[in-house]
Amino acid sequence: MLGFGPKGWGPALIEGAMMTLLVSFAGMAVGAALGSCVAWAKLSGHTIAGAVGNAYAAVFRGVPELLVVYFVYFGSSALLTGAFHFAGFEGFFGVPSFAAGALAVGVISGAYQAEVYRGAYLAIARGELEAARSVGMSRGLMFRRIIVPQVLRFAVPGLGNLWQVALKDSSLIAVTGLAELMRVSQVAAGSTRQPFVFYLAGGVLYLVLTTFSNRFFDFAEARATRGLRRMEG
Amino acid sequence: MDPGFVVATFWRLMAALPLTLEVWALSVLIGGVIAMGLTWMRVGGSKPFAALSRGYVFVFRGSPLLVQLFVIYYGLSSFAFIRQSFVWPLLRDAFPCAVLSLALCTAAYTSEIFRGALAAVPNGQVEAAKACGMSGFRLFRRVIFPIALRQALPAYSTEVISMTKATALVSLVTLWDMMSVALKIRNDTLVTYTPLLVAGAIYFVLNFLIARAFLTIEYRLSKHLRPRRA
Repeated sequence: MLGFGPKGWGPALIEGAMMTLLVSFAGMAVGAALGSCVAWAKLSGHTIAGAVGNAYAAVFRGVPELLVVYFVYFGSSALLTGAFHFAGFEGFFGVPSFAAGALAVGVISGAYQAEVYRGAYLAIARGELEAARSVGMSRGLMFRRIIVPQVLRFAVPGLGNLWQVALKDSSLIAVTGLAELMRVSQVAAGSTRQPFVFYLAGGVLYLVLTTFSNRFFDFAEARATRGLRRMEG
Repeated sequence: MDPGFVVATFWRLMAALPLTLEVWALSVLIGGVIAMGLTWMRVGGSKPFAALSRGYVFVFRGSPLLVQLFVIYYGLSSFAFIRQSFVWPLLRDAFPCAVLSLALCTAAYTSEIFRGALAAVPNGQVEAAKACGMSGFRLFRRVIFPIALRQALPAYSTEVISMTKATALVSLVTLWDMMSVALKIRNDTLVTYTPLLVAGAIYFVLNFLIARAFLTIEYRLSKHLRPRRA
């Protein structure tokens, strides 16, 4: 039943796990874009931009993830349908559940990623920025050579945690019908009438995903800080 | 947006708030008790217990709550021996299953918070207390617990807030909490945004109040760390 034979659900579950990885990754990317914008807004010192950034982070951290998923899924389809009607088309236009799911995970993740990037920026030694300015680097060059590499280095542990959160949040996208791991487990549980086996199998696959990505982030952290270790030892 | 509809939606959602709050309070409470047990197992010094506690935390933090909820609600009920056992009256209904799975999940996160807080108690304090002749429960009650509590509060408040958000998942196991009422209103009226927006606003205010309450407690408990008023 769990196997890979003609009646086995193994391949479907593995495909589901791949879809979970894909949609979480797309969500993380959306979150990175949103999060870095919000972090920039907060750090800019601009009153209105800062307030908008704070409001965004507060709202998406204070509202249930499931509600965000529903809101993005229903809301984006309604928007799209409205836009098509405006352009003269008839009928209902749904946003693909992958796009809606990635967007939902991304909006949530962005609210948390903003804090990670902001913290990482503040962790850069002020002297390095002053030094860059004093050797005559332009703002763009300083951003590329001094700020980005260090922000990425300091952000790795935080991003690792948020990747785990994104993986787990992506299970909520099952309500939109996207065939990711949770949804596949649901379908398998329903059609074989073996809910315990299949939800457990789904859970184990999630554990495999989180464990292996943990390993990856440990490795990434070790690599990102390889220049720093000499100072400790 | 029609103001009359917003008000009607608001009151229908508020009627479902007690259930959301019940699930939340019970799972935070039961989860807290389980977490204390897990923390005690982890730091108690017994290796098998510590491994068991570590395994528990690994499993419940590494998989999504939704999967855990479905394993307990849909999965356990598929076994005949569970349907015939004494726990069936409890596991038959969605409410106890929901509370159980939320509590088991939050216990894993909370026990890590408790463990971190215990580890942050300065060793000198414990040594000083021992030097004064305190030991066992008195040492815990007078020295370790008060310091660890202050350490744990900020992270614990985040966990408690994430539990209010997690209660929305019980809408997927047939319970009529705020989330499922909002979806029902959306299905019945075909109004896309309003029901979800109003529900979101209520959740947001709820979490704001919880965060405020924790800040107040933190403020009260750190009186001795602030400079005295002249």
